[in-house]
Amino acid sequence: MNRLPAPFLAGLRHRLFWPCVTLALLCLVNFYFNRGFFDIEIKNGALYGSVIDILNRAAPLMLVAMGMTLVIATRGIDISVGATVAISGAVVASMIGGSLVIQNGVQSYVSNVPMPLAILGALAVALLCGLWNGLLVAGAGMQPIIATLILMVAGRGIAQLITAGQIVTVYYEPFFFIGNGFLLGIPVSLYIVAVVLIALLLLIHRTALGLFIQAVGINPVAARFSGISARALVFWVYAFCAVTAGIAAMIITSNVKSADGNNAGLLLELDAILAVTLGGTSLAGGRFSIVGSLIGALIIQTLTYAIYSLGVPPEINMVVKALVVFAVCLIQSDALRAMLARHVLRTGEAA
Amino acid sequence: MLKSRRSLLSAIAAGFIVGGLALPAFAAQLTLGFAQVGAESEWRTANTQSIKDAAKAAGINLKFSDAQQKQENQIKAIRSFIAQKVDVIAFAPVVTTGWDTVLKEAKSAKIPVILTDRSIETKDPSLYVTMIGSDFTEEGRKAGKWLLENYKNPGDVNIVELQGTVGSAPAIERKKGFEEVIKADPRFKITRSQTGDFTRSKGKEVMEAFLKTDKKVNVLFAHNDDMAIGAIQAIEAAGMKPGKDIIIVSIDAVKGAFEAMMAGKLNVSVECNPQLGPQLMDIVKEVKAGKAQPKRINTKEGVFPMETAAKEFPNRKY
Repeated sequence: MNRLPAPFLAGLRHRLFWPCVTLALLCLVNFYFNRGFFDIEIKNGALYGSVIDILNRAAPLMLVAMGMTLVIATRGIDISVGATVAISGAVVASMIGGSLVIQNGVQSYVSNVPMPLAILGALAVALLCGLWNGLLVAGAGMQPIIATLILMVAGRGIAQLITAGQIVTVYYEPFFFIGNGFLLGIPVSLYIVAVVLIALLLLIHRTALGLFIQAVGINPVAARFSGISARALVFWVYAFCAVTAGIAAMIITSNVKSADGNNAGLLLELDAILAVTLGGTSLAGGRFSIVGSLIGALIIQTLTYAIYSLGVPPEINMVVKALVVFAVCLIQSDALRAMLARHVLRTGEAA
Repeated sequence: MLKSRRSLLSAIAAGFIVGGLALPAFAAQLTLGFAQVGAESEWRTANTQSIKDAAKAAGINLKFSDAQQKQENQIKAIRSFIAQKVDVIAFAPVVTTGWDTVLKEAKSAKIPVILTDRSIETKDPSLYVTMIGSDFTEEGRKAGKWLLENYKNPGDVNIVELQGTVGSAPAIERKKGFEEVIKADPRFKITRSQTGDFTRSKGKEVMEAFLKTDKKVNVLFAHNDDMAIGAIQAIEAAGMKPGKDIIIVSIDAVKGAFEAMMAGKLNVSVECNPQLGPQLMDIVKEVKAGKAQPKRINTKEGVFPMETAAKEFPNRKY
């Protein structure tokens, strides 16, 4: 062991080492079955390729995973993010709506409400969802899983109510830019992720916020005694998580140009929790990594992509996914690795 | 309390009197109790509207109940129809099993039952008169037939398929019908098949992956229009022309599909008709008149190629 250079060892012990290994492995699997996996071309002035697809499709999950990371870091959980996506998607789609007007064979698009207003409105509704969750968890002291379960169940109903049970199609071209557009060849959704990421990292590392969150996650009582207003912190963390879901909803809705109260963001909460876990954040609170969660989200999307391009029969998609997730969790388990290492050492001594 | 009860009683009494007076005038009017699944999709909403409109047009008194996708609500609704002694009960069963008890109650009350849109599993087929609905296998066959007849380019034809929700009847049967027909010509091969869950977002995501992995895709067969619409966006992003570089065949013929067809991006959509109201009302009348019915009646469904879209669009109700 002494022969290995020190930086290498440090890298090995780094929290993000194993998530990165997993991601790299999945990319190699993709490359094995699809030699064009790493190819990137320029089509219509935009980057085009599998990797771009994965980044682009993972954007909503990355956003929600960032919010979820903070919630989980404070020992909480938010299972209502999928419902929040459905609600704010429904709000933005029905506010913009627009209709396809055909006059003398010319198609034109009309928006109901100015677009910035509609987006702000939808984000405000998402914030409202988060405030509700925060109120229940931090204010009423409910168990996070139960508190957010309420919105998870009610949310799709609310979304259905807004859309009157229909899939609302948006016919307003400028709105499509958020989920389909490219700036300097890079998908707009990635800029959105980058902005949220940078803002969050600055907040966490340049202010005491990260430390506070960690303190609350490790021991809320001790955190309170040391002067952190734990309740307010937890309250705003839920609000932030819902807003990330709201931003994700803008991308999702814009991408498919419609809001589907039944399916938008379905099971997103579970993917987000999985992404956070894969990224090395402890579900017991305290230890967390925003960048890890982003890698977790990319792992999930890369896996999904692999399933599509491998030609796995659709009936067993879920089983394949579950097996890979199982394997990934094993790789990342410190306890298992320690056990294996001991085993290797012992057999080494015996030999 | 007393006052309100009295007013309630008088209201009931008034109801009886009005009902009694009205009865002779509408002696011939049939009453149909209809228990709908809910309002889960555009298709379902169109289905409900069609039944309501057709009942009005046919002069049938319709008692409508929305089960909000719950079987117990539907059973409750059917029981209340029996208690109200309606002439005929029709319903679109939420699930396939568990209907025997309530249907036996209807049978002993001598009220005929018609199933719409979905069928049930029962050991006693005498519990319902007939089932009227779409034949998903036939829709798949129509899609395949259109493709065989209209695909002109020479050489092998690589087809990618976007399946519906895994395990759902439309996904299984549309796939079966389509494969049955294209088997006739060895040039046609399904090279990739994956589920898109009947949604636009999944349709788009899966198609993106297909296009990166396979350089030669000639035809897309989507089990519904929504997935096709999602896939069209993916094809455009890949710098190809949907409808020309890749021929697109889908099923349902909803409004969105017509818009895509008018834009020249979707080649054909096979109708899956939710407007079974008029046909249902005819059958209700015949059943009441004692005419025998086949156990299975298929709805009338068309095939709409791109060329007919603009002409047909104004007539579409869903």
